[in-house]
Amino acid sequence: MLSQLWPALRINIFLTILLGVAYPLAVTGISQVLFPHQANGSLITQNGQVIGSELIGQNFTKPGYFQPRPSAAGNDGYDPTASGGPNFGPTNQKLIDRVKASVDKFHKENPDYHGPIPADLLTASGSGLDPEISPASAQAQTPRVAKAREISADQIGQLVAQYTKAPDLGLIGEPRVNVLKLNLALDQQFPKK
Amino acid sequence: MTSTGILQILLFFALVLVCVKPLGAFMANVFDGRRTFLHPVLRWLEVLTYKVAGVREDVEQRWTQYTASLLAFSIFGFLLVYLLQRAQAYLPFNPQNFGTPNVTPDLAFNTAASFLTNTNWQAYSGESTLSYFVQMAALTVQNFVSAAAGLAVAIAVIRGFARHEVRTLGNFWVDMTRSTLYVLLPISFLGALFLCSQGVIQNLKPNTTATTLEGAKQTITQGPVASEEAIKELGTNGGGFFNANSAHPFENPSPITNLFEMWLLLVIPAALTYTFGKMVGDTRQGWAIFAAFTVMFLAGVFVCYGFEQAGNPTLAKLGIQSAATTTQAGGNMEGKEVRFGVVNSALFTTVTTDTSTGAVNNTHDSLLPIAGLVPMLNMMTDIVIFGGVGAGMYGILIYCIIAVFIAGLMVGRTPEYLGKKLEQKEVKMAMLAIIVTSACILVFSALSTQAVFAAKGYWNAPGAAIANMGNSGPHGLSEIIYAYTSATGNNGSAFGGISVNTPWYNLTIGLAMLVGRFLFLIPILAAAGSLAAKKKVPVTSGTFPTHGPLFVGLLVGTVVIIAVLTYFPAVSLGPIVEHYLMHSGRLFSLISWPLGS
Amino acid sequence: MSTVTTTPQATPNPPLHEDPTSLLPKKLARSRPLFDPEIVSRATRASFGKLNPVTLAKNPVMFVVEVGALLTTVFVVRDIIAGAPGLKFGLQIAIWLWFTVLFANFAEAMAEARGKAQADSLRKTKTDALAKRLTASGKIEEVTASALRAGDVVTCDAGELIPGDGDVIDGIATVDESVITGESAPVIRESGGDRSAVTGGTRVLSDHIKVRITSNPGETFLDRMIALVEGAERQKTPNEIALNILIAGLTLIFLLAVVTLQPYAVFSVAQAGAGTVPSVAVLVSLLVCLIPTTIGGLLSAIGIAGMDRVMQHNVLAMSGKAVEAAGDVNSLLLDKTGTITLGNRQAVEFLAITGVSDEELADAAQLSSLADETPEGRSVVVLAKEKYGLRGRHIPEHGANFIPFSAYTRMSGVDFEGRELRKGATEAVTTFVKEHGGEVPGYFQEMSDRIARNGGTPLAVADGHRLLGIIYLKDIVKGGMKERIGQLRTMGIRTIMITGDNPLTAAAIAAEAGVDDFLAQATPKDKLEYIKKEQVAGRLVAMTGDGTNDAPALAQADVGLAMNTGTMAAKEAGNMVDLDSNPTKLIEVVAIGKQLLITRGALTTFSIANDVAKYFAIIPAMFMATYPSLAKLNIMGLHTPQSAVLAAVIFNALIIIALVPLALRGVKYRPLDAASLLRRNLLIYGVGGILVPFPGIWAIDQLLVLFHLA
Repeated sequence: MLSQLWPALRINIFLTILLGVAYPLAVTGISQVLFPHQANGSLITQNGQVIGSELIGQNFTKPGYFQPRPSAAGNDGYDPTASGGPNFGPTNQKLIDRVKASVDKFHKENPDYHGPIPADLLTASGSGLDPEISPASAQAQTPRVAKAREISADQIGQLVAQYTKAPDLGLIGEPRVNVLKLNLALDQQFPKK
Repeated sequence: MTSTGILQILLFFALVLVCVKPLGAFMANVFDGRRTFLHPVLRWLEVLTYKVAGVREDVEQRWTQYTASLLAFSIFGFLLVYLLQRAQAYLPFNPQNFGTPNVTPDLAFNTAASFLTNTNWQAYSGESTLSYFVQMAALTVQNFVSAAAGLAVAIAVIRGFARHEVRTLGNFWVDMTRSTLYVLLPISFLGALFLCSQGVIQNLKPNTTATTLEGAKQTITQGPVASEEAIKELGTNGGGFFNANSAHPFENPSPITNLFEMWLLLVIPAALTYTFGKMVGDTRQGWAIFAAFTVMFLAGVFVCYGFEQAGNPTLAKLGIQSAATTTQAGGNMEGKEVRFGVVNSALFTTVTTDTSTGAVNNTHDSLLPIAGLVPMLNMMTDIVIFGGVGAGMYGILIYCIIAVFIAGLMVGRTPEYLGKKLEQKEVKMAMLAIIVTSACILVFSALSTQAVFAAKGYWNAPGAAIANMGNSGPHGLSEIIYAYTSATGNNGSAFGGISVNTPWYNLTIGLAMLVGRFLFLIPILAAAGSLAAKKKVPVTSGTFPTHGPLFVGLLVGTVVIIAVLTYFPAVSLGPIVEHYLMHSGRLFSLISWPLGS
Repeated sequence: MSTVTTTPQATPNPPLHEDPTSLLPKKLARSRPLFDPEIVSRATRASFGKLNPVTLAKNPVMFVVEVGALLTTVFVVRDIIAGAPGLKFGLQIAIWLWFTVLFANFAEAMAEARGKAQADSLRKTKTDALAKRLTASGKIEEVTASALRAGDVVTCDAGELIPGDGDVIDGIATVDESVITGESAPVIRESGGDRSAVTGGTRVLSDHIKVRITSNPGETFLDRMIALVEGAERQKTPNEIALNILIAGLTLIFLLAVVTLQPYAVFSVAQAGAGTVPSVAVLVSLLVCLIPTTIGGLLSAIGIAGMDRVMQHNVLAMSGKAVEAAGDVNSLLLDKTGTITLGNRQAVEFLAITGVSDEELADAAQLSSLADETPEGRSVVVLAKEKYGLRGRHIPEHGANFIPFSAYTRMSGVDFEGRELRKGATEAVTTFVKEHGGEVPGYFQEMSDRIARNGGTPLAVADGHRLLGIIYLKDIVKGGMKERIGQLRTMGIRTIMITGDNPLTAAAIAAEAGVDDFLAQATPKDKLEYIKKEQVAGRLVAMTGDGTNDAPALAQADVGLAMNTGTMAAKEAGNMVDLDSNPTKLIEVVAIGKQLLITRGALTTFSIANDVAKYFAIIPAMFMATYPSLAKLNIMGLHTPQSAVLAAVIFNALIIIALVPLALRGVKYRPLDAASLLRRNLLIYGVGGILVPFPGIWAIDQLLVLFHLA
């Protein structure tokens, strides 16, 4: 065992340099050249100002915006420095209470919607940063957004359809709508009067 | 379950399946020291490594020396990870200026044990605790070498079966170096670039502050994620850059990356079955183990997916859509990402707990009881359904020994596996490994249900160990059992509701990880040493064939029966009873004790 | 002249049993009914003696049960003193836990008692006879048998007991060895050769012999035999130890599962705010039901019974290890003569050369064989009589000179009335003819070879210078032998025929009998080499042998079955002795070895599979008060928590006693290939083991309620 300590130390240091410094730096260098947008967080800028990332959800509370899913990241939700889910188990009273509150809030904000509420809109994501909602969840909010922006629901519906992403390669994953991108498009096409 | 859901599961499996033979054969060539297509590119690095380490490539080791090398290697790995964390304030690449107080000694111990043992349990919260340098030089490195060490041990154990009448099992340094350089590094490198092209970040910049559309400030985290992510999955490590792990959009931004990451998770453990078959000179033996893995894997996936898609009946009563439609996934979406939906979350959950990864793309704590039982049972098998890189292979060989020993008697001969007689020593070592892991899980969990500490004290500030639970009732018990099962199995996934960053949990869980890794692996190496020295018994029609469906069924039966018999009492008070309670509408609230922070 | 030229067979070759599909003959020399009343009563008494924790500690599974029973009893006594309610349940649990231990003890005691009974009957024959020892001066002195030491020489006359094991160094006698072999027909023992060994305690029936004693008192064959059947020197076999480790390991795991269930229960009761933590009696019950008590209780009985079964076949195994090894055998070295073929070759045809009539040849052959008392010689006389009506004639002893067979001349015959009739090996007889100026036709050698190629032995016959022809002696392969060898092949066992014949003859017989390989013109050294070669290839080898020459090979073989008629050296070199001296027994010994291992595996599988149902009985019963929803797991619909737990415990105890006959008899063994055998046994003991307890526990629960016991 003792005779093994010396090679153990040397190989540890060597591999730390190779795998812990050279490898990540090489990947960083190449990706910064080949995929600078993705490598730096798929940031969206407006007027030179970073307004968020395509991949990171953010809070929307105003009725004129599509709202994302409940988030447990940070105290107010959508805090990327504290990613994570609420970790409520299925028989946790808190889960049911929270969903019940969300249901009530939803009905209050969307009096014109009467169907069953899509599950994703009332449940918290695992990351707390989910940038997307299901097309059904977008449709459920369409009447409210249309009303707030004082345009027809059909126009909003068309925009939602336009921003609905099909499953990757038509099969993998779920159809989804990126909330930030959709809201940006809303602001550009139907600026609030 | 939807037809597209089932189709996605099968597509994923097919992608893994087609790689089993080529990658398996490649690994056999690498470990048998044959030249491969990567040698022109990497051989110089291999030679350089031996030179730097002062290791002779052609010297073989007995099992004891092999183990000694592994332990010596691990001790320094452990020290490095521990010290780098504690010293991060004085080291470069720390744009967020995380200091030493972020990493308490018990947390640093836990994280060091965690990455050393290929567990990658996250008591830390990456984005708010660790500098980029620690993520790279400590965690990323261990992601490589803990997997490489596991692979090396698996190869040594395979040699125990393949060789006869010799005392040596190979050379740890050589096997570990080859695992790293020829298997893990090339795939990780390409994988990292692919992930980056799909949106996984890779930079050394400080966090970016964004002003949201509604005018709020949002801190967008940055860092060298892709390079860590690729090896995190490929090495079945699972310790994430971020707290949310592979649910985080910067770690796993799309269904395509999700599919790719699951492929990374499963591909080496799957291909290793072929390597095994090739090295023991009968690929059918490898395929039999692959088939056993497949049966258990698919059973897990479909149970998990089925229950998740059915949704939580209590929520359904509140007017939530729980059936899948073309515009939404339905089912139990709590803790899941929209892009993955129910099927890719259930699939990821199964893959990550079948392998010893523990990366999560959804919060397991929010899985419905029986769906949550799937990852728990997967881990209670000592993670031998595909298993960790290397660890799954040597783990399943333990079960092969036990299955063949019991059933082999029923053909009227002293049981033989791969031409090796299974006798006292092998049975003793196999049982030892299984006893140690079950003792670790059951005893630590039991202690945590009863341990009482001073509130606001050092050991566990919330007070009693159960005060850390994020859920009460049977689900709370599940959280505790899950934690120690995950640690002992070196998985690292969690029912995350329980707050485990206290000295009590950090130390006991860290201990469970070390026990689960080394006291599981050393007996197997010992058995391999004894097997290598044995004569090879010729195969006759009187030999119990270990490559047919009968053996597959027997192996699956042994794994399942041992796990079920050992843990049924515990899980019956956790997920099983919770399932019935959920359907009867019973809820539990946290009222019986004060909640910590 | 002596009329005896060969010793008669010690025992006639028993005919192969009628049913070729079973490897085990039906009639056994020493069989007893399984539940002989004497044995049962002896075993019952012994079961209580075995409660001693010191002896029980050797069996970790049953030791845990005993500790559990003790613990439960203590709590019951405490409750009685405190006058606590629910006494009926605790008391019954305690009683059944004690029964569980007793039943396991009974199983072991039964197996031991059978051996003890046999040992007793052997011991009865062991009387301290007087020995007539020859002193250095040649005088005879009377000493007791126990005063004899190895190296002493004694004389024995008709009617006397042979005082100790030894080799006959002078004389020849018929001996009654029924004490040892159970066979009443007397056997011949004579000095020199391979039939010189005599055993102490056997009786000389006729004549007079001098014996050199080879063993000291207390170490005689009879002493060892008594010790072996009694199990006094019983050591656990390697496989038994390995299996013990496995079940001890499982016991430890279940111990952990049950011990940690207590804190989980405390937690759950607090969380649910209902129910109570299971009592010690219930936890112990769960533990006892889960740990592999079935195999744990029966394991040693299986081993002892395996030895006993070998003994019932009149084979004395020197260790359990040897019996186990028999199950593992890959290569079986079988002696051709007596095992594969009937002991003796028979004349089947006379082949005259051109110019000689068949009658003339037959006549000469018969005349040359008249004094030949070997079975071959007699068969020539008989064939001549049957085929050509030549009656055996009396040749006056005077004027006729019989030439006995000698290894040097390799011919025998008779000289009378000026004729020199000879029969013998082809080369010997042709040389004889040529020496007498006769001619040997060119085709003669080919004629002779053709017979050899067909597995026969050619015996040339000549009358002085006239070569007459050939007697065709044929080896007769035993009926059913080919099928048995086929079965052995299915079981994965290669058979190798050992013969002194030339390769041509050997090949033909090998083909006829269907053996996988043969060793022709085998010397003891060849055998030894062959065994070593097989062992280097990883094969386990079994062989039979009797001569002193065979001793090294017997010692080298993994299973060496020595014939009781053989020399002491052979008997000591082997690890089994066949008291019937029937080499075919080797096949049966292999079957018993396999049966022993299968029984262990089957009961282990059964024992573990049983646990599934017990969980479904006990877990809901334990926690129904805490979580009423768990009643859904009570799929057997057991009446009350108490009746459920009790039913599981009772089932667990009764299954041990129910399986005692299986453990003692061994599971049914069929000569199948491994895959079919495993499929069959997995179905019966694995799947069956999962299913059987469900109706079993359900029925016991019904009875308990019916009789108001729970």
